[in-house]
Amino acid sequence: MTASGPSATPVLELRGVSVTYGAVRALSGVNLSVGRGEVLALVGDNGAGKSTLVKSICGARPPDEGTIRLGGEAVVVDNPRRAAELGIATVFQDLALCDDLDVVDNLFLGREVRRKPWGNLDHAAMESRSWDLLGSLNATTIKSVRAKVARLSGGQRQSVAIARALVGDPRLVLLDEPTAALGVAQTAEVLDLVRRLRDHGIGVIIISHNMADVMAVSDRIHVLRLGRTNGVFTTAQVTVDDVVAAITGASVRAEEGAGA
Amino acid sequence: MTASVSDEPPAVRPWSRLLALPSSGDHGFRTVLIGIVGLWALLYALNPRFLTVGNLSNLLLQIAAVAVLSMGAVIVLVLGEIDLSMGSVSGLCAAVMAVVNTKMGIPAPLAVVAAILCGLAIGVVHGVVVTRFGVPSFVVTLGGLLTWQGVQLAVLGEQGNLNITDTFIVSLTSTYVPTWLGWTVTLLASAYLLTPVAIRRLRRGRPSRERTSWPKLLLTRVPVVALVLAGGALLVNHRGIPLVVLIVLAVAALMSYVLTHRRVGRHLYAIGSNAEAARRSGVRVDRIKVAAFACTSGLAALGGILAASRLFAVNQSSGQGSLLLLAIAGAVIGGVSLFGGVGTVWQALLGSLLIGSIANGMDLLSMPSSYRFTVTGAVLVLAVVIDAMARRRAARRG
Repeated sequence: MTASGPSATPVLELRGVSVTYGAVRALSGVNLSVGRGEVLALVGDNGAGKSTLVKSICGARPPDEGTIRLGGEAVVVDNPRRAAELGIATVFQDLALCDDLDVVDNLFLGREVRRKPWGNLDHAAMESRSWDLLGSLNATTIKSVRAKVARLSGGQRQSVAIARALVGDPRLVLLDEPTAALGVAQTAEVLDLVRRLRDHGIGVIIISHNMADVMAVSDRIHVLRLGRTNGVFTTAQVTVDDVVAAITGASVRAEEGAGA
Repeated sequence: MTASVSDEPPAVRPWSRLLALPSSGDHGFRTVLIGIVGLWALLYALNPRFLTVGNLSNLLLQIAAVAVLSMGAVIVLVLGEIDLSMGSVSGLCAAVMAVVNTKMGIPAPLAVVAAILCGLAIGVVHGVVVTRFGVPSFVVTLGGLLTWQGVQLAVLGEQGNLNITDTFIVSLTSTYVPTWLGWTVTLLASAYLLTPVAIRRLRRGRPSRERTSWPKLLLTRVPVVALVLAGGALLVNHRGIPLVVLIVLAVAALMSYVLTHRRVGRHLYAIGSNAEAARRSGVRVDRIKVAAFACTSGLAALGGILAASRLFAVNQSSGQGSLLLLAIAGAVIGGVSLFGGVGTVWQALLGSLLIGSIANGMDLLSMPSSYRFTVTGAVLVLAVVIDAMARRRAARRG
């Protein structure tokens, strides 16, 4: 079941991506790839460039140099809407949910299903799609899709945020610190969701500070340090100590599998 | 399609169901309804004339203008913004209508349209200043309050008073619709409330085991329909349903449709709930905000027209005084949140009805207006306290 590295063509391939903020070089020459049905963990210390890299991919801050290929095709992702069209979905750390809206309205915000001929909202269609989406993620603890998101638990909110990423049938899902604010049981729930995304054949990039989560869910680990790649590991073949050493700069390992 | 729903029983505890504790979202509606019933009972006990059809019909005429402003307030409040200029805008637009009609001799219907367009344009100005320059709407519309009041004085000119004699404008608030039309509207409204379309909304989104059965749902609708039928019948048999009541209800129905069944309505709530999230989801936040301010000012204009029609005149104090505050208070008492994301048009209507009942009842008891303001103020604070308590309870449970 565990996808083995990038298959024929990777879902996402970055080559020589660099981002400069004024005089600060936040990313320099990063190469990265994610295959179909692969979970890539992106780790690194604060300021290593993780967020910048995610912003480059999701269109919030296009890179100054380098190329992005999606399914082998070179693309320009210069705004979030374009990213969505290309099949890149992002689950932000703050989840970006509207607390006063119910689950259905949150899932379809900005992509509402409308009915001909007048363009009225098709509440029934969106609702049944919502059950399907939550069902496909096995997010079974949500009792009603008309419940306000404010009334859901942290894990349930995370499920809604991830389910929302799936509304547009994405090829690639970016998750920014999805377990940072959760308890043990809820974390397990979310990691389960991530595995389910992988089983759907979606490429997943997950940012996390939690080494246990990274080891539990990822197929490969991409370490960033000071804006540069400082090692790419196959999760099954490394120890936490190896990864931490790469994060802190105690060791530098040659890239493997990132097409360096 | 619901196969994956878990088999656990719902987490709601039975006692909280029995007590029907208000939960965030619909608590405002229920609370204000109970408030109205209680207030009417009290006023009836103090003076039985309060509950005569004649007086209630009169009450509806009295609250029409404020109710329209209240509904306008809902739009900006849902966004999490505020419009303090609604009173001034209503006065200015009424003045524009009067001048265009009486001084320029343009037919009244066109003058009404001109006044509403004037309101929409003012709202666009507010919206553009708020979105382009990032000025809080409180400040922009506070400035608007003074500015448009000044323009109103200028438009009215030297004598500062324009009498309205045009039958079209006057008839807006002094006509009762014919019996056949009254019955048609009453029956259509009742029929709609009983249709599967309207009722299905109550069942939506729940897994099948949690759904209330159809007969039970129909039963909960029966009291509402009975109220509509009884109210309609009494009014029709008295002097007919006032035209202005139908105008207000038509505006409410249109707004409610847009807010619940159009994309822009969902986006309005989304922006009020979490503007940044809405922006990231591709919602055109600025454009919708400008449109919202325009609609609010447009409704303020309509309210001003109705007020002028009832007063047979526009003068320097049109739109001034407590009008703005009562409009916002009506929405808030009805359960519209000042923090955005929550509120419906119907809540604003009920809130206006409650405030109007206080004023009407105290006039019947020939109490001085000092009491009226005090009581209205107390009710406003009480409503918000109840709202805050319900929210806190909901947050603790959630």
